[in-house]
Amino acid sequence: MKNKKNLLLPVSVQSLSYIKGEKKLLNKVFCKISSKGITVVVGPNGAGKTLFLKCLHGLIKCNLEKVLFAGKPLNKKIRLMQSMVFQSPILMRRSVINNLLFVINQRKINIKRNEVMTLLKKVDLLHLAKEQAIVLSGGEKQRLSVARAIITSPKILFLDEATSNLDPYSVNIIEKIIKEVNKKGTKVIAVTHDLSQARRLASEIIFFNKGSISEHTKASSFFDQPKSSEGKIFISGKLFV
Amino acid sequence: MEIYWNSIYTAIQLIFTLDKKLIEILALSFKVTFIALLISSILGLPLGTFLAIQKFKGRAFIVGIINSLMALPPVVVGLFVYINLSRSGPLGWLGILYTPTAMIIAQIILIFPIIAGLTNQVIEDLHENYKDLFLSLVTPQFHTIKAYLIDARYSLITVILAGLAKGISEVGAVIIVGGNIDHLTRVMTSTITMETSKGELSLAMALGLILLIMSVIINLIVTYKKYNFKAKYYEK
Repeated sequence: MKNKKNLLLPVSVQSLSYIKGEKKLLNKVFCKISSKGITVVVGPNGAGKTLFLKCLHGLIKCNLEKVLFAGKPLNKKIRLMQSMVFQSPILMRRSVINNLLFVINQRKINIKRNEVMTLLKKVDLLHLAKEQAIVLSGGEKQRLSVARAIITSPKILFLDEATSNLDPYSVNIIEKIIKEVNKKGTKVIAVTHDLSQARRLASEIIFFNKGSISEHTKASSFFDQPKSSEGKIFISGKLFV
Repeated sequence: MEIYWNSIYTAIQLIFTLDKKLIEILALSFKVTFIALLISSILGLPLGTFLAIQKFKGRAFIVGIINSLMALPPVVVGLFVYINLSRSGPLGWLGILYTPTAMIIAQIILIFPIIAGLTNQVIEDLHENYKDLFLSLVTPQFHTIKAYLIDARYSLITVILAGLAKGISEVGAVIIVGGNIDHLTRVMTSTITMETSKGELSLAMALGLILLIMSVIINLIVTYKKYNFKAKYYEK
């Protein structure tokens, strides 16, 4: 899982829009993500954060020519170098270990059994390896989702509110893994509502509001002195209108 | 009530004496139905899954047609196969009318839409949960279909059982295309029909009883296995 050079950076988004019915859910989004650190996407509900992430990962049909990874438009080859962890864990009706083996077999990943076990130990699921994934608790399910996402050694890891509604123990494990894979060269782009988590993880912040980016800056600058008035209101925890 | 006791007595007698004729009829009945079920499952399970996960123009129409075919009247199927396999029919040169092969073909036409249609419904529900995952993992179509069939296996067993029930209990089509020829195309249902028309109600009832017992046993085994698995893994 050692990959210092990231082949998918920078991520450039050029005037990306997404319209559903008469609603403009993404409105001419421009941004360039070039830092190797953790990029955290924040913003009020319905601002378009998850949609933005899904467009970057190719889960939603957007204008793919407007999303470039190292200058190349999103294609299957690029998508194979990405992974995503969803807000609600999507696990297959199989055992914990078989959820991982499915990805390993499908992608023909050359990984030894003891490495899989080490990964399970890292997410504290080794003792549950043979249990059915469906009987796991919410935190355990999400930890398994994270393990499955990183087993492919992605160049970019997308996290869509991956730790919402989880207990501090699971949050702690997941955050630790996020930092670790990022150190090893995986670019992490995470959506969260948890500002304290954003402070802990982010090297840069993308602040979304009403389908477009209001602010894209270093995390320290955003939390100390947000440039946009919407950003100030959001950080202060006031109701967004 | 006498007829019930007589038929139970006859059924027990036929089973415990391993009546040659009965064994022959049972063997052919199960052979025809199992081959038809196997072919229908091989074709119907992947097709039902494919239709559940793949969006394309005309998909709803195809699913609608398959759902409609689930209620095909067996005699109509029998007639259709008969016309096609009879000497003057387009497939008459095959010379398979009044053979078990013709009976298998008729049963495939009856069972296949049930397998494909019900599979489609089962997988559609599962697809709602899985679709983003497979899209995210860029899972190839073949692996996706295989994964759905594996993960929905317990629901799909019920689907296959529905196909088995349709095949084993079917009489209209197999009589038309099989002709109920002794030692060649005589199966349980056609024998029951024949014995009833001859007034041999005890033998007909006995065969009916055996058919019923076998269906119940198969269903009980599968249902037990299914719930046993659920209790073992999902209800902790």
